Amino acid sequence: MSRTLTFREALREGLDEELARDPNVVIMGEEVAQYNGAYKVTEGLWKKWGDKRVVDTPISEAGFIGMGIGASMLGVRPVMELMFWSFHSVAFDQLVNNAACVRYMSGGLINCPIVMRGPANGGTNVGATHSHIPEGLFAAFPGLKVCAPATPADAKGLIKAAIRDNDPVYFMENTLLYGTTGEVPDPAEGDFVIPLGVADLKREGKDVSIISHGRSVIHALQAAETLKEQHGIEADVLDLRSIRPLDVEAILKTVKKTNRVVLVDESKGFGGVSAMVSHLIQDEAFDYLDSPIKRVTTLDAPAIYSPHIENEQLPNPRRIVEKVLSLR
Amino acid sequence: MSSVTADSPRLDFSGSPVNKALTAEDKIELFRKMVRIRRFEQEALKFYTAGKMGGFLHLYIGQESVAVGTLSLCGENDHNITAYRCHAHALTVGMNMNELMAELYGKATGCSKGKGGSMHFFAPDKNYWGGHGIVGGQTPLGLGLGYGLKYLGKEGCALCYMGDGAVNQGAFHESLNIAALFEIPVVYIIENNGYSMGTSQKRSSSYRGCLAQRAEGYDMEWDVVDGSDLYEVRAKAHIAMERARKQHKPSILEITTYRYYGHSVADANHKKYRTPEEIENYKANHDPIHLWRRRLIAEGVLTEESAAAIDAEAKKEAAASSKFADESPAPTVESIMDDVYWETDNKTEASKLGRHFFTD
Repeated sequence: MSRTLTFREALREGLDEELARDPNVVIMGEEVAQYNGAYKVTEGLWKKWGDKRVVDTPISEAGFIGMGIGASMLGVRPVMELMFWSFHSVAFDQLVNNAACVRYMSGGLINCPIVMRGPANGGTNVGATHSHIPEGLFAAFPGLKVCAPATPADAKGLIKAAIRDNDPVYFMENTLLYGTTGEVPDPAEGDFVIPLGVADLKREGKDVSIISHGRSVIHALQAAETLKEQHGIEADVLDLRSIRPLDVEAILKTVKKTNRVVLVDESKGFGGVSAMVSHLIQDEAFDYLDSPIKRVTTLDAPAIYSPHIENEQLPNPRRIVEKVLSLR
Repeated sequence: MSSVTADSPRLDFSGSPVNKALTAEDKIELFRKMVRIRRFEQEALKFYTAGKMGGFLHLYIGQESVAVGTLSLCGENDHNITAYRCHAHALTVGMNMNELMAELYGKATGCSKGKGGSMHFFAPDKNYWGGHGIVGGQTPLGLGLGYGLKYLGKEGCALCYMGDGAVNQGAFHESLNIAALFEIPVVYIIENNGYSMGTSQKRSSSYRGCLAQRAEGYDMEWDVVDGSDLYEVRAKAHIAMERARKQHKPSILEITTYRYYGHSVADANHKKYRTPEEIENYKANHDPIHLWRRRLIAEGVLTEESAAAIDAEAKKEAAASSKFADESPAPTVESIMDDVYWETDNKTEASKLGRHFFTD
C-alpha cells in the first residue's frame, strides 16, 4: 500500500525515520528547529526529537557547515539544511576544500558522512543571488555525491540512502516541487531506500530519449504528453535522480533504443550536468545516434527576476517540445 | 575575564598543579619531543632544498613549545586539528618520522600515501585531524570536533590551532560565535609568530593590545601566553582545556612565538620583511628548546651530556627517516583514483548496481 504525500512530507518522513534509526543522525541548519523549517520540510521534528537532535544555527554558513563536517569526522551524521543552495558561496571553502578533499588528502583515513540539503532552483522570481542551480558545479568536485530527486517517493528513498552513505552527499531539492504530490510506499511495508546512482525510467517511448533530473523531469513528462498527442512522437523520459554517481548504463540503454537525445537541465548551458551527459553519450554511443544531441538548459544569463519571463529563461515543456521537433 | 596582555610581567608557572605533577622523565620527554621536531624539520629542509620534495614546506622551527606544551595535556578524549604548519603536531601526537618524511617525499609509505603532502598530515587513530591548507578553514572543523565530543557525551575537548593570520578570516569569527553560543568544548590556539606570511601583524590586523582579546566580543574567555616558557604554555592551556572539558566553555589562547624561517621555504623575502637582528634576538633569548634545556639543567633534571645525547638520537632518527623516504616506492599511477570515495574503496550492495563515479 502506498499513500499520497507531498514532496516535503516525503522528505520529512525520510528524515524522521533516519532520526529514529540512528542516534548519531542530527539535523542542523537555519530555521530547521523552532521555526519548523523555512520551507517546512523539518516541521514538527524539533518538537518530536528535541534540542539535541534538531538544531537551529545562526545564519553563518561557513561556521555551521564546517562544524557539521568536523562533527562528521568524529562519527556524528549531520544533515545540514541550507535555506537556499544559492548560499553555498558563503561556505564554499568548507564544501569543496574540506568535505570533498579530506578523505583523499588523508589517504583514506578520514570519512565525512554528512548530508547537505536544501532548495536549489530558479523559477521563484527571487533574482540572481537566490536562483543558483549548482548540481553540476558540485558534481565537478570528486569526493562529493550529488542528487536531485523529482518525485516524493524518490525524495524519501534518496534522502535515506544519503544519510546512510559514508561520503558527503549534496542533496538538491527544487522549491517548486515541495508542494507536489505522489505515491510513497507505506513505512509498514518495510524500509524504503533508493540507492544513489540509479536512474529511473519515468516514461517509456521509442522515438526519442529525454534525459533529465529534478524538476525538469516534470517538464519532460509534460512535453512527452504533448509530443504524443500533437505529433505522434513517443518519448522515453529518463530521470537521472543522482548526478554523481551517474547511471551511465541507463543513459546508454535509452539512447541505443531511441537513437535520438534531448537533455534537459536547469543548469546554465555553459558547463552543467547535461554537458557531461552529452559527452558520455557521444563517447560511448556515437554510432547509435541518428541526430546530434540537443540540450535544453537555462539561458546563459544570471537569473532574471521578472515573473513575466523567468520561465522562458528556464527549461520548460514548450522549449523541450521545440527542441525535440528540431531533431527531424 | 583575563587582564593579561603581551606586556605583562613574567611569572613563574613551574609551581602550577599541572607542572608540579611532572616527573623528571616527563620533563625530559617534553625536551625530546621539541628536539625531534627541530631535527626532523632541519632534515626536511636539507632535502627540500636538494629537490627531493614538491610543493611547500612550512617549517615550525622556533615554535616547538606550542605544540609540545599544549598536546602534552591531551587525554584519550581530547582531539586536535591544525593548519598547514602541521609537522610538529603530527610528531607530538606520536606519528613517526618515517611516515611523515615519506609523505613529504610523496611516497606510497607516507602517512597519506603521498596524497596529502606537507600541509596534510592526519592520524585519526591518535585524535589528530590534520593538517589543513586554507588559512582559517580548519576553525569550523575544530568547532565540529568539540561539537561531536559533546554530542557523543564524551568528556574531552578539541584543540584548534591557527596562525595569527587566520584571525581575520570570516570562518574564524563564525566559529567563535557558534562556540560560545552552543557552549562547545573547544580551545582556539593562536600561534602568534607575528607575521601573516610576509605581512606583519601591525599591517594585517586591527587590534587593541592583543589578538585574543577579540574573544570578548563573543563573551568568551581568553589569555595571552609566552610561548618561550613551556611551563606557562602548559599551565594556561590546562586551565582552558579544563574549562572546555568541565564546563563546555570555549576559550582563545594567544601563544606568542616566532618562526626562524620564512612562511614557507619558498618565502624568499623573509629576511627583508624581518630584520636579521630581530631573528637573532629571538634565537638568542627566546628559543623554547634552549630555555627548556637550561631550565631542566638548573633543576638538576638534565645534564649537558644527556641533552646532547637526546639531540644526537633525534638527528640520527631524522637521517634514518630521509633514507627511508628516499628508498620508499612512489605511489602507483593506478592509486590516483583510490580514496576519493569511501564507497569505491569499500564495495557495497549499492555499488554493484553499476553506478559510475568517474568518467573512465
